[in-house]
Amino acid sequence: MTAAAPGPKTNMGQPVPRYDAAAKVTGRATYASDMPLDNPAYAFLVTSAIAKGRIDRFDLDDARRVRGVIEIVTHENAPKLKESKLFSNGGYAGTTIQPLKSAEIAHDGQIIAVVVAESYEAAREAANRVKVSYSAAAPSATFDSPGTTTAAAKGQSSQFKEDPKVGDFAKAFDAAEVKLVASYETPTQHHNPMELFTTSCAWMGDNLVIYEGSQYVYGLKNGVAEQLGIDADKVRVVNPYVGGGFGSRGSMTPRTAIIAAIAKHVNRPIKLVPTRDQGFTITTHRAETRHEIKLGASRDGKLVALRHEGAEVSSRSDAYCVGGTKTTTRLYACPNVDSLVSIVRADRNTPGFMRSPPEVPYLFALESALDELAVKLNMDPVELRRINDATRDPIDGKPYTSRSLMACFDEAAKAFGWSQRSPQSKSMSDGDWLIGYGCAATCYPTLMAPSAARVRLHRDGRTRVEIAGHEIGTGAYTVIAQTAAERLGVPLEKVAVFMGDSDLPPAPVAGGSNSTASTCSAVMMVCDQIRQRLLKAVMPSDSLADKAKETVGISPAPSTQAGKGDRPLEIEKAFDALGVGVVEEYGEWKPDGAPMDSFRAMHNGQVRLVGGHQMKDQIAYAFGAEFVEVRINRFTHEIRCPRLVGAFAAGRIMNPRTARSQLMGGLIWGMSSALLEATEIDERNARYVNDNLADYLVPVNADVPGVEVIMLSEQDDHINPVGAKGLGELGNVGTNAAICNAIYHATGQRIRKLPVRLENIEL
Amino acid sequence: MAVQALGAAAAANESLTKAAAQPLAGGTTLIDLMKLDVMRPTAIVDINPLARAWSAIAPGGDGLRLGALARMSDVAANTEIQRSYPVIADSLKLAASAQLRNMATLGGNVMQRTRCNYFRDVSYENCNKRNPGSGCAAMDGVNRMHAVLGTSDQCIATYPGDFAQALIALDAMVEITGKAGTRSMPFAQLHKAPGTTPDIETALQPGELISAFSIQGRWPRSVYLKTRDRQSYEFALSSAAIALDVQDGTIRDARVALGGVATVPWRAREAEALLKGQRFDDGLAQRVGEAAFADARGRRHNSFKIALGKRVVARALQQAAMMEI
Ligand SMILES: Cc1cc2nc3c(=O)[nH]c(=O)nc-3n(C[C@H](O)[C@H](O)[C@H](O)COP(=O)(O)OP(=O)(O)OC[C@H]3O[C@@H](n4cnc5c(N)ncnc54)[C@H](O)[C@@H]3O)c2cc1C
Ligand code: SF4
Repeated sequence: MTAAAPGPKTNMGQPVPRYDAAAKVTGRATYASDMPLDNPAYAFLVTSAIAKGRIDRFDLDDARRVRGVIEIVTHENAPKLKESKLFSNGGYAGTTIQPLKSAEIAHDGQIIAVVVAESYEAAREAANRVKVSYSAAAPSATFDSPGTTTAAAKGQSSQFKEDPKVGDFAKAFDAAEVKLVASYETPTQHHNPMELFTTSCAWMGDNLVIYEGSQYVYGLKNGVAEQLGIDADKVRVVNPYVGGGFGSRGSMTPRTAIIAAIAKHVNRPIKLVPTRDQGFTITTHRAETRHEIKLGASRDGKLVALRHEGAEVSSRSDAYCVGGTKTTTRLYACPNVDSLVSIVRADRNTPGFMRSPPEVPYLFALESALDELAVKLNMDPVELRRINDATRDPIDGKPYTSRSLMACFDEAAKAFGWSQRSPQSKSMSDGDWLIGYGCAATCYPTLMAPSAARVRLHRDGRTRVEIAGHEIGTGAYTVIAQTAAERLGVPLEKVAVFMGDSDLPPAPVAGGSNSTASTCSAVMMVCDQIRQRLLKAVMPSDSLADKAKETVGISPAPSTQAGKGDRPLEIEKAFDALGVGVVEEYGEWKPDGAPMDSFRAMHNGQVRLVGGHQMKDQIAYAFGAEFVEVRINRFTHEIRCPRLVGAFAAGRIMNPRTARSQLMGGLIWGMSSALLEATEIDERNARYVNDNLADYLVPVNADVPGVEVIMLSEQDDHINPVGAKGLGELGNVGTNAAICNAIYHATGQRIRKLPVRLENIEL
Repeated sequence: MAVQALGAAAAANESLTKAAAQPLAGGTTLIDLMKLDVMRPTAIVDINPLARAWSAIAPGGDGLRLGALARMSDVAANTEIQRSYPVIADSLKLAASAQLRNMATLGGNVMQRTRCNYFRDVSYENCNKRNPGSGCAAMDGVNRMHAVLGTSDQCIATYPGDFAQALIALDAMVEITGKAGTRSMPFAQLHKAPGTTPDIETALQPGELISAFSIQGRWPRSVYLKTRDRQSYEFALSSAAIALDVQDGTIRDARVALGGVATVPWRAREAEALLKGQRFDDGLAQRVGEAAFADARGRRHNSFKIALGKRVVARALQQAAMMEI
């Protein structure tokens, strides 16, 4: 076993190599824009140079003169599309701002024209020659800009139902022996997946095929069908591989239906490859947030009062909101809790999911505040968390299905060498560098959604698994193949997995870290259906009671334990008894507590996520602890992060290799979120400024010399059949706070606004 | 051939950056700017066929000659340059990424254009450099990366490169080849501060090419210190190219050049003067840093570069003084 492929501990699967590793490193993996099209035309977008106002006039003469131009589509001649509602209002879209509908401009970089030409180069050249006259109005850019409006999220956002509260915060805070009030701020961020936001559309008669990197092929298929006003069964979305999503491909963006409609209009397949900077405005982003935390504690560190107020920026048209107070009010035991989330409306595009949408900004505030409280109490920050560790959700009183937060802190502290930390700030250094150690908790809700799957078994053990899941780089192919192999008792090499195609049985969005739990539970269930059929065939009908027949060989326990008390399958014998060539089963799985309409919604491309704090009698989260070392150059004030150590517990780890990779990527992104990533906004015109990868900084290898991931054994029998908690979004939460806590330790300076740049350090 | 092609294409009174024909070396600046629609030459003249004659990397007894088509990575990897001109090797090694350094040439490098986001985004009308007389969007916009030295009320764009600081510090000469033959001038005269004509960036005329750089003497006591947000692959927030000639503890000659903070490759001559004839100490280093930024002018997001730049100069001087050679 190597660092990259950690040996499995109890309740972990094998660290088998990625199913798609060879295809990816040899370039055989085909992404959406690699898909061959027959005689395609190429589209290039023209996007608006103002954030608010209207288009007075287009001058298209020069553009039309470019050789190879086929069509230029603007709001004046665009095909009519039906509206799509926001995903959280029963629709599919990530924004209700529908470009090319009118002359109105609602945000910077809105699509205002599509040039179609014989080549990509001709389309781009013509797009550069499109002249636009605007009547610009003064836009409101962000917090504090004139013209924004602010209101509570509750009541306006379908994503946010309730501000969690319990006890009497005001009274308890007043009476608290130790108090902390602090404000925090996080910036706008963009996902910037490697794969650009491409879309190809090809019609075959009335049938449409869309090649587009998507985290939700059923959502996209149904959404585009709705916008085009056609039957969803005539639309197929294909993307066997997705070049990174991070939430940006979770809901439908306006570009897809437009390209589909134009392809129909010009009667040619169309390929759209937008530029990197267009990606900043034609999809979503993580909104900037502000927070005020109030903590009251007894002198011995027990929390008695906690209040978290958060504000998030959204567009004028949509009340998008992440509302992370649902997590921060439940993380620690505290009898008096209050919270409020509000939304600030500005002239911006609608924000959307970005890896751990609620937890990244909201835990930054809480986990920074806890560190500040530890300083006030003169207490080790790990001990402060131990004192306030919870076994129950403090808001609703429900028990956690499992919670290994302190075990994670202890393991990570040991690996990191936390005991070597001298508690005083400004007390550690090495030559030119001041050294700081910091830590923070991470957590992420355990979510599940209904999923279907089809499995076909051949007599020789060859197995084909079909499920419209998504390989966004997480290792989905691999863990699904492992699940089927284990459950059917066939060699892993014999399992073929087909995903990323909306003609396959529906799976939920690859979001909210629900995929592994949902898709593997469905695959496991369908494999059990096959076992059942085979077992029935080989078992004399009178040898067991019907009831027992149903259950023998089908253990409800996690799949590692399948087989323990079960009868091994003798596949060939069973096939001979059945007298068939293949056994194929289709099944639909849903988690406990899923709403009545779950399966219908699943086929309609609407997700019904359950879990987290919304379970009936319990609350389910994955936990972790992150420790970082920062170094600050005393001359240049450059901030570097040579070591990141995280310990995580997330139920069954299906594959320690792919899980480690997820968590490692998370830690790196967490660091990036604290020190590098921020989309800068020109407040005068509400436009994004650093919309390219030279200026929107993400870490390079030299920035992450040491990353260590520890996975703890944890068994949880209350969450889903596979016993897995989602961990894709666990690694990058809390890191931002750990870094600021370490900066405080190094310098004595508390920084409450991200990202931290060298000019924010005063020595 | 290439020179003739360029010369033939060059029209009178054309500004270089708007010239119809542009030379192409590594293409890492030119092709980028063409994709962004910032530069739109009607002809591109590939000068790489000149590489045989123009790729010298020739450190000799009395100086150094570098051909304009030498690749950044080759120069940075040359052990004699690392020994005798560490400021040159480091300025190249700390620039861009390995892939870019393999493509990019020294001539193209010194001719690279500003990274000002408003310059690079043609949807902004108001950029005096791109659109003379149209105003400057950066002046009151997002200007964290912009210059604090050598600015004018027309343009505050930073000269982004690293290598040019080493050249200007070492009093390099630049050799220019055109239709009329070859001429030489101090590298310090190549770049033009924005003044009232930010669209004119260099003294080159359309049709002229840089063919080589040359430096007198050896400068083993020299450093390039580059400060940035991430550890690699980023332009400088502030950098210093320092070269010292110290004999018996006394500084005989000193060179201080600044990057990331000025509109052109920047030589801090008044600051250098403080060093000459002195013995080195930390207080002196600080005074030199102060002097180097005496005329600096910050704006909303970039004022930090003044304090930062002073510390970078002081630290780079310390490093140069401490070098064991
Ligand atoms: C993402 C990114 C990061 C970068 N980071 C850095 C960095 O940290 N530090 C740094 O210094 N640079 C950096 N660069 C810039 C890079 O070093 C330059 O793009 C490169 O050196 C240009 O060389 P080239 O040969 O590719 O030039 P080209 O693109 O071929 O040419 C550049 C310009 O010079 C002209 N030209 C080329 N050769 C000659 C000649 N012999 N005579 C006259 N004119 C000529 C061309 O016409 C063109 O206008 C970065 C670039 C990128 C894209
Ligand atoms: S700083 Fe110079 S390059 Fe940038 S917008 Fe202003 S004039 Fe243009």
